[in-house]
Amino acid sequence: MTAANDVPMARPRAGRDRVVGRTLTYVAATVLALFILVPIYLIAVSAFTPRESAFDFPRSVIPTQVSTDTILFFLNASGVIDAFWRSVIVAIITLGLSLLIGAPAGYAIARYAFRGREGYRLVILATRAFPIVILAIPLAVTYRLWGIDDTVIGVALMHTALALPFTVLITSSVFISVPRELEEAAQTLGCNPLQAFLRVSMPLALPGLAAAAIFTWVLSWNDVFAAVILTLRNPTLPAKILTALTQSPIYFQFAAGFVMLVPSLVVIFFIRKYLLGLWGRVVK
Amino acid sequence: MAEIQIERITKLFKGTRAVDDVSLTIGDGEFMVLLGPSGCGKTTLLRSIAGLEQIDGGRIVIGGRDVTALPPRKRDIAMVFQSYAVFPHMTVFENIAFGLRMHRATKADTDRQVREAAELLHIENLLDRFPAETSGGQRQRIAVARALAMQPQVLLMDEPLSNLDALLRLEARAELKRLLKEIGSTTIYVTHDQVEAMSMGDRVAVMRTGKLVQVADPLTIYDGPVDRFVGGFIGNPPMNFLPVLVERRDGAAVAVLADSGEIRVEGDEALGQRVGPMVLGIRAENVQIVGSDESAALRGRVLVVEPLGSHNLVTLALGSEHLKAITRPDERLEPDQDVGLKIDPGRVRWLDTERGVAFDAEDVAGPGAGRGALTDEERDAAAG
Amino acid sequence: MTTRLGWAPYALLLPSALFLAVFFATPMVQAFGLALQQPDGSIGFASVQRMLGDASFSGALLTTLALVVLVIPVQFVLAMSMALVINARLKGQGMWLYVYALPLGISELAAGIVWVSIFTQSGWLNSILMGLGVTDRPITWQSAETPFLLIACIVIAEAWRATSIIMIILVAGLQSIPREFMEAADVYGATNWQKIRRVVLPMLRPSLQVALILRTILAFQVFATVIALAGRGLYVLAGEAQRWATDIDNDNVAAAYAGLILLMSLISTVLFLVLLPTREEHQA
Repeated sequence: MTAANDVPMARPRAGRDRVVGRTLTYVAATVLALFILVPIYLIAVSAFTPRESAFDFPRSVIPTQVSTDTILFFLNASGVIDAFWRSVIVAIITLGLSLLIGAPAGYAIARYAFRGREGYRLVILATRAFPIVILAIPLAVTYRLWGIDDTVIGVALMHTALALPFTVLITSSVFISVPRELEEAAQTLGCNPLQAFLRVSMPLALPGLAAAAIFTWVLSWNDVFAAVILTLRNPTLPAKILTALTQSPIYFQFAAGFVMLVPSLVVIFFIRKYLLGLWGRVVK
Repeated sequence: MAEIQIERITKLFKGTRAVDDVSLTIGDGEFMVLLGPSGCGKTTLLRSIAGLEQIDGGRIVIGGRDVTALPPRKRDIAMVFQSYAVFPHMTVFENIAFGLRMHRATKADTDRQVREAAELLHIENLLDRFPAETSGGQRQRIAVARALAMQPQVLLMDEPLSNLDALLRLEARAELKRLLKEIGSTTIYVTHDQVEAMSMGDRVAVMRTGKLVQVADPLTIYDGPVDRFVGGFIGNPPMNFLPVLVERRDGAAVAVLADSGEIRVEGDEALGQRVGPMVLGIRAENVQIVGSDESAALRGRVLVVEPLGSHNLVTLALGSEHLKAITRPDERLEPDQDVGLKIDPGRVRWLDTERGVAFDAEDVAGPGAGRGALTDEERDAAAG
Repeated sequence: MTTRLGWAPYALLLPSALFLAVFFATPMVQAFGLALQQPDGSIGFASVQRMLGDASFSGALLTTLALVVLVIPVQFVLAMSMALVINARLKGQGMWLYVYALPLGISELAAGIVWVSIFTQSGWLNSILMGLGVTDRPITWQSAETPFLLIACIVIAEAWRATSIIMIILVAGLQSIPREFMEAADVYGATNWQKIRRVVLPMLRPSLQVALILRTILAFQVFATVIALAGRGLYVLAGEAQRWATDIDNDNVAAAYAGLILLMSLISTVLFLVLLPTREEHQA
C-alpha cells in the first residue's frame, strides 16, 4: 500500500475496535448511571420501610413491606412541617428578590456597553468563589443587631446574596441570546425602551429566566450551613434536620433525607435542557 | 412633506469617526442609496437617522421637523433590518400589526392596514403562521410589510436583500423597486452591493471611511466617478486606471502611455490645458480591440480571455500595466496575442496622480468633493 | 442602543451593587474584624490563637485537607468519564445527562443521609455483602475509631454528590472542541487514550481550571456530609466554625475559622491559576 511515509497507518482492525469501544462506552455509562441511581433507590426503600422493620438486618434490596409509616412519622414530628413551610417561604422570597434585583443587572450587562461593565462582571464572577462560611457568621452578628436573626427574612436575604451572582450571570446570558435588533425594531415601531423590553425581550427570555429561578430555588432549598448559623428556634428544614440528626432514630433520618431529595429530583428533571446553558455560559 | 436634511452628522466610536461630517439632502419621495464597502459608516448613518445611535454632532431634519433629539418612535420612520428582526413569539399578523397597535390604531384600521400590507408583499396566506414556520424570503417580506403598514414618512432599509440567496435576491430586488415606486415614500437604502445601488436608486451616495465621497444619479456615478475609489468600486469590471504623461502637440493634448502608444485628445473641458503625469480612467466596454496590423493608438498583449456568455472579459498587458476590455462573445482572441487598442477619448476620465481625484470633481460632486478619496496612509505617503 | 439614557445601565445595576455591598462586601470585612476581636471587645489575635490552640483544630485542619486532596481527583476522574460518555452521543443521551446531573439538586445533608443508609451498621452495604456471602458479620464502616475508613465513606459520599457540577463544566468544554481536531487525530491513527491525552485534555484546560478552582473552594467548606456520616466524631473546619458560632456562642473564633477557610480557598485558587495557566493559542 502506498501511504505518506510519516503518517502512521490507520489500524487495520478499526472497525471491530469501534464496536468494542462502543460497547465499553455503554458499559461505562451504565455503571456510572447505576452509581448515581442505586443510592437513590436505596434511600427510597429505607424511607418506605415501616418503623418496626427499621432495624431488621440484613435487609433485602427488594422490599417486602412498603409503607408510608416512617415518612408520616417524620412529617408529624414536632417542628418538621413548620420547618418545611419555612423552607418554602425562604425559597420563594429568595427567588423573588434575586430575580427582582438580578435580572435588571443582567439586562444592563447584556444590552449596554458602559464603563465598568467588565469590572462589574469580574466582581460578580469573583463573588461566586466566596465561601458561604465567611458570610454567614458575620451576618448572624449583624442580624442580631438589626433584630432579624432567627427569621425567615434573614435567611432569605443571605440566600439572595448567594444566589445573586448566579442570577445576574444567567440572566445576562439569557438576554444576550435575545437579539438586540428585535428591541430596536420595536422601538422604531412605536415602543419606548421599557415597552420594547416588556413586549419583545421578556417573552423570549422567559424560559431562560425560569431556569434561573429554579436554580435559585434549589440553592435556597438545599442550604444547610447558613440556615444553621442564622436560625435557632425557627429553622428551615435542613437546619431542623441537621440539629436533630444525632438525637433522632435512624429511620427519622432516612425519611428526612428522602423528603429533602424528592423535590430536587423533580426540579432537575424540569430544567435539564437548560443545564448546559446555565453552567456552560456562566462559566465563561 | 418628507424631505430629509442631514446636516454635518458626526458619530464617534471609540475614538474613530464612524461617520465624519456628512451632509446630505434627500428629496420627498426620493430613493437614496447609501453605498460603500463594509465599515464605511453607511449603516451607522442609517441608524443615526433612525435614532438608534446617538450622534456626536450635527442635525437631522425630517419633513421640516428637527428630530435630532427625538427617540425613534417619534420620528415617523419605519425600518427594515438586515436580519429582518421579525418577532418570533408573534404570528405574522401580529408582527405586521405591532406598530399600528403601539400607535393605538383601532382594531378595524389595524386589520385593514395589515391586510393591505400583506397583499402588497404577497404574504396574505401566511398571516396566521409563526415566523419559525416561514422561509427566509418570506420573513424578509414580513419585515417589509411590517414597515409599510405604518405608512411612514420615511422608510429606512439596512441591506434587506443581502441575506437572500442569489436567485431570490434578483427577483426580490425588482419587486421591491416596483413596490416602493408605487408607494412613493422617501427611502434610504443601505447596501454594499453596487449592482443593487445602481439598479434601484434615484441617487447613490458613495461612502468611504465615514465620509461622503460622491452623491449623484447612477449614470453619473458610473460614467463620471469623482475619484479612483468610486471608479474602482462601481461597475463590474472596475474602471481601468492607467498612468499617462500628457503633452501638448499641435494644439492638442496627447496622452502618452509608456511603451504602449499614445492617444490624441481634442477639446476635453475637464482636461483643460493641463500637462504632465496624470491618471486616465476608462471603462472596459469603451476599449475596442482591433487586429495588430490595423492602425491603433495603443498596442497590447492578450493575457486572459474569460468567456462570460453575453460577452468576453479580456485582460491585456500594456507594458507593465494591465487593462480589462469587453468584447463580443464571438471575437476570437488567444493569450499572448498582440493586438491594437482604441479608446474613445470622449469617455475618458482624467484624474490627478497624487490624490486620484478627477479634475472636474467639484463640478460633479460639489465643493469639497473627493475628501474621502485618500486614506490617511495614502495622504501621508503622497506627502512623502 | 438607547440614545439619551446614559444613566440607564447604572440605574439598573444599582440595586444589585447595593445589595452585594451590604450582604457580601460588608460581612466579609466584618468577618476579619470579628476574627481579630474577642468576646470582651478587645482587639488582637487572641481569637486566632484560641482557634489554633484548640484541641480539635489540628484534626479539623488535617481532615479537611485530607478530604479535599482525596475527593477532588476521584471526582475529576468520575466527571471526566461521565463527560466523555455524554460526548460520545450514545442513544438516549438526554436521559444519561439527566441521570448524571441528578445530584445537582441534592443538598449535602440529603446526600450524607443517603450514604448513611448505605454505610451504617445495619445499612445496605452490609446487607448486600452478607446477602452475597462475602462476610458473615456486619462491618463497621462509619466509626470514628477507624478514621481512614470513615474518611473513605465521606469521600465516596462527596464524590457521589458533587461530581455533577464538574461534569457539566467539562461537557460544555468538550463540546466546544472543534470536531476537526478529533477527526484529524483519528486520521493519524491515534488511539482513544492518545486522543484524550494529546487533544482533549489540553483543549479542556480552561474548563478544567475553572472546574478545579470552583470545586476546591467548595470542598474546603465540606460540612453537612461529615456531620451526617460521622456525627461529631470527625472535625472539619466548617463544622468547627458552626460549633463555635452556635454551640459555644463565640463568633470571633468562628470568624477565625471562616477566615482560615477563605485563606485556603485563595491559596488554592492562586495555585491552580499558576500551575494550570490557560493558553489562548488553543483558540487559533
